[in-house]
Amino acid sequence: MKDRLYIGEIDWIAVILYLTLVIFGWLNIFAVSYNNQFRSIFDLSTNYGDQLIWILTSFVLIILLFAVDHRSYYYFAYPVYGIAVILLLAVLLFGTEVNNARSWFRIFGVNFQPSEFAKLATALALARFLSGWDVKIWTWKSMLTVSLMIGLPAMLIAVQPDWGTALVFSGFVLLFYREGMPGWVMAMMTFFVGIFLITLLLVPADLVIMLVSIAFIVLALLSRKTKHVMVSAAICIVFYFTTMLLTDVLPIEVTQYEVILIALALSTIVYLILIYKYKLKRLLLVLALLSGSIAFSYTVDYMFHNFLKPHQQMRVNILLGKETDVQNVGYNLNQSKIAIGSGGFIGKGFLKGTQTKLSFVPEQSTDFIFCTIGEEWGFVGTTLVIVVFVALLIRLLFLCERQKSKFARIYGYGLLSVIFFHFSVNIAMTIGLFPVIGIPLPFFSYGGSSFLAFTLLLFIFIRLDSVRKVYVI
Amino acid sequence: MDRFANRKNIVLLMILAVSAGLVMRLFYLQVIDTSYKLSAENNSKRIEIVYPARGLIYDRNHELLVYNQPVYDLMIAPFELQEFDSTELCEILKIDMMRLRSGIRRVKNPQYRREPFLKQISAETYAVLQEKMHKFPGFYVRSRTLRKYSREIAAHLMGYVGEVDEKMIESDGYYVMGDYIGVSGIEGYYEELLRGEKGQEVLLVDVHGRVQGPFQGGRFDRNAVVGRDLVCTIDAELQEYGEKLMKTYKGSIVAIEPSTGEILSLISTPTYEPSLLVGRPRTENYIRLEKDTLEPLFNRALMANYPPGSTFKPVHALIGLQEGVISRNSSFSCVQGFYARGVSVGCHFHESPLNLVEGIQNSCNAYFCNVFRNIIDNPDYSNPAEAYNIWRDYVMSFGFGSTLKSDFINELTGFIAPSTYYDHYYGENRWNALTVISLAIGQGEILTTPLQMANLAATIANKGYYYIPHTIKSIAGLDTIENRFTERITVPVDTANFSIVTEGMDLAVNGGAGSTARIAQIPDVIVCGKTGTAQNPHGKDHSVFIAFAPKNEPDIAIAVYVEHGEWGASYAAPIASLMIEKYLNGSIDPGRKWLEATMLSRNLLSEQ
Ligand SMILES: [Zn+2]
Repeated sequence: MKDRLYIGEIDWIAVILYLTLVIFGWLNIFAVSYNNQFRSIFDLSTNYGDQLIWILTSFVLIILLFAVDHRSYYYFAYPVYGIAVILLLAVLLFGTEVNNARSWFRIFGVNFQPSEFAKLATALALARFLSGWDVKIWTWKSMLTVSLMIGLPAMLIAVQPDWGTALVFSGFVLLFYREGMPGWVMAMMTFFVGIFLITLLLVPADLVIMLVSIAFIVLALLSRKTKHVMVSAAICIVFYFTTMLLTDVLPIEVTQYEVILIALALSTIVYLILIYKYKLKRLLLVLALLSGSIAFSYTVDYMFHNFLKPHQQMRVNILLGKETDVQNVGYNLNQSKIAIGSGGFIGKGFLKGTQTKLSFVPEQSTDFIFCTIGEEWGFVGTTLVIVVFVALLIRLLFLCERQKSKFARIYGYGLLSVIFFHFSVNIAMTIGLFPVIGIPLPFFSYGGSSFLAFTLLLFIFIRLDSVRKVYVI
Repeated sequence: MDRFANRKNIVLLMILAVSAGLVMRLFYLQVIDTSYKLSAENNSKRIEIVYPARGLIYDRNHELLVYNQPVYDLMIAPFELQEFDSTELCEILKIDMMRLRSGIRRVKNPQYRREPFLKQISAETYAVLQEKMHKFPGFYVRSRTLRKYSREIAAHLMGYVGEVDEKMIESDGYYVMGDYIGVSGIEGYYEELLRGEKGQEVLLVDVHGRVQGPFQGGRFDRNAVVGRDLVCTIDAELQEYGEKLMKTYKGSIVAIEPSTGEILSLISTPTYEPSLLVGRPRTENYIRLEKDTLEPLFNRALMANYPPGSTFKPVHALIGLQEGVISRNSSFSCVQGFYARGVSVGCHFHESPLNLVEGIQNSCNAYFCNVFRNIIDNPDYSNPAEAYNIWRDYVMSFGFGSTLKSDFINELTGFIAPSTYYDHYYGENRWNALTVISLAIGQGEILTTPLQMANLAATIANKGYYYIPHTIKSIAGLDTIENRFTERITVPVDTANFSIVTEGMDLAVNGGAGSTARIAQIPDVIVCGKTGTAQNPHGKDHSVFIAFAPKNEPDIAIAVYVEHGEWGASYAAPIASLMIEKYLNGSIDPGRKWLEATMLSRNLLSEQ
């Protein structure tokens, strides 16, 4: 059967959402770079002129994408992956060094970043592998294979070094989960990454109190039996008062952290009595998990304070945005929060931002473009951007689920994973919820390579979707 | 459908949960927490203070005395510092490498601000530096002005300008760290007129402190208002001449124009060159001057309390005449002194008896002891204390015993004892004129300042009134000076009585044998004067002279103090007469050049 273009089958909702993000994104890049010397929106010496060229280029590319036989994406998935890996190796050897990292090729005056395309290649390769008839992801062999498939490019990117982009590859976990990776693996990963981050970000003692409360509320919600709810409440209260009492009784040298641990140990006796009396076996599991996570958190905290030298601790804190540092990451984060916070509810208005325009926020048109949105468009603007992103993600989710082709579905989930990771981590880092790892906001951030890569990533899927009724690979 | 299809719901839930978390955090950042809005304001604007030129000061003949010279502060913007040739910079600034390093390190907030690195570099250094400025990125020059003096005179009168300290900043919101403020003299008293009004430019700056343009179109900018020029009352020529005459003496001269109260010159010696207290060496010089045992910083004209001695006798005469206890013809005899009931006050040899005019002419102690006794033991009053209080009121009406409210910050009051002082000392009703007889010859519990004595001379010259002595003639842009300087203050003594005293003071200078101040005679001008000796318990007495001239329609009234000069006629009278002659005639008569030379050649600085 001949491969034909089904214009009517193109998902225009996704395309419109894409265009909305692109236009709004460009306006914000314009706002950042706009100054009195404004000549033309095509002024190539400016970021917005440059970006406009990239946007137009990508439109041409979209048309080319649709002209290519859709089956080639399946057939050429591995070769494309291979080329990506070779490019990543090449950039380490021949790349231009910018800011102490070899991430770029400079060809005919155009900067090209192989790592952006490596995500696309990996998504294709994963889809190709996992769509095989006999592949079951939960087998050890498959798990090892996919780990290697994402591990190889991630490692090559990490040594550039560009840890941010390397971490993006962990986002594929979402795809694995959908394709059958055991739920508990996913849960445990999320849980421990969460505890690890929160331990470093928050005061550990607060974390423990939080964990205890959450654990018992979850227990209460899960069982939905009155007596379980009562028991949970009782446990919370007992724990709380034991902590209060100990805080007063114990000498000052004992840290709050240790107080809470002692309180937990003491109240465990009460819990065990309760468990025995009400025959709550599930409570045992919760208790075990709770103890485990607190022990983990304590270990992280202990290692942080006892094994790292002060300057190393500071470096970690700066990376986490806990300490402000004049010229480095912590400084960026603080300025970023000031810019977003100063926008208020409705923002300062288009082109009226001072923080982003005056380069208080570094990387303002790339990784911190969200600051401009926050400053000039306020809470209304930031919420709107998030809503459009969520709409696009949900639309993609819907599109994925309607694929008959396993390849198209898995590729779609790969796309979804990457965009979701970029979207959530980028915004979270500009507002101090995540360490500043320096990855762009899809379709918004200035930068030809990443914009082109995201557009290709999206439209390959829209192309695959457009033929969903015709071919099943 | 595959068996994991339901997991799409979990994925959906994750997307929604994460997004909801982001929105909540944004709601907190942007809507609830307002602290970021403030930070943004401070982030992006910088207030540059525009310093106005300080007002100029002219002398009464419109000769420019005090003006401004630009100086340059080298500023440092640490964020913009790049590598530079430190050896070259050190050479240009004439500082060593240590100084450069510590200066750079000292800069407090290394983020946005510019801090002074080296203050007040000279114009010459600036000229060299300016051409090479591009070689030192991160360094800037801020220009300020410093005072400059066309003549090194009148240091005490002009006062000096210093940098504000923390206390001043706290008490007056106008000043910020690094501002200059007039500390003493005219600079201090007329600070608000001279300083003008600082302006400000609010600038939009980027993170590196680079100026991007005016903040909000310059809406918050304020133009600086230039300080007002002042024409002061002093005569620069006379001031300079007086300082030259007094160079080798400790003491003071205050000359006043009686018809206006304008201070023609105000001299306190030893003095210092006003340019010593300008610019970078100010602190160092100030400390040196402060430690000088000759006390050059001490303004004797306003702050030295001397007993007036015989120069106070005209006051007794005026009070006695007004109270009717003596008349022009009252005569008292003198046997080289005054002796009564165990009290004795010596006198020099002269004819006897004398009438009032002759009493003043000869400065007879006995005569004024009798005058004073008549005043205090006046039977019209119930007791000596009451009469004393009347006397004291008269004395105070001449401006003694309190400040004259002139335009000086540091004027002192002198001292005229209240009757309670003696009540306390001797017991109520247990004292009379004889108990306090030393007051009759201007000694005892009486202290006056040279300024007050010059004012006395002016009051006698005016025959009964004075204007508060002041240092400012006019203020640019204002119609008048302060009202109190143009209001005549009348003394409760009749003009006729002043005429009698004036006769005596005329004769004291221009009379024949027995006149105490014949040395003060000037050709073609009738000088009226009175000599005095201020007792000094610590060493040789001080030479005092008050005078005014010409006798009719006086143009100048003067008080001269020469410490350790002993007799009024030996130093104070000649110096006063030279001042008067210089002011009235413009030069010294050839016949009196010897006197000028004598005064210039003597030296009493080492006297104790
Ligand atoms: Zn006598």
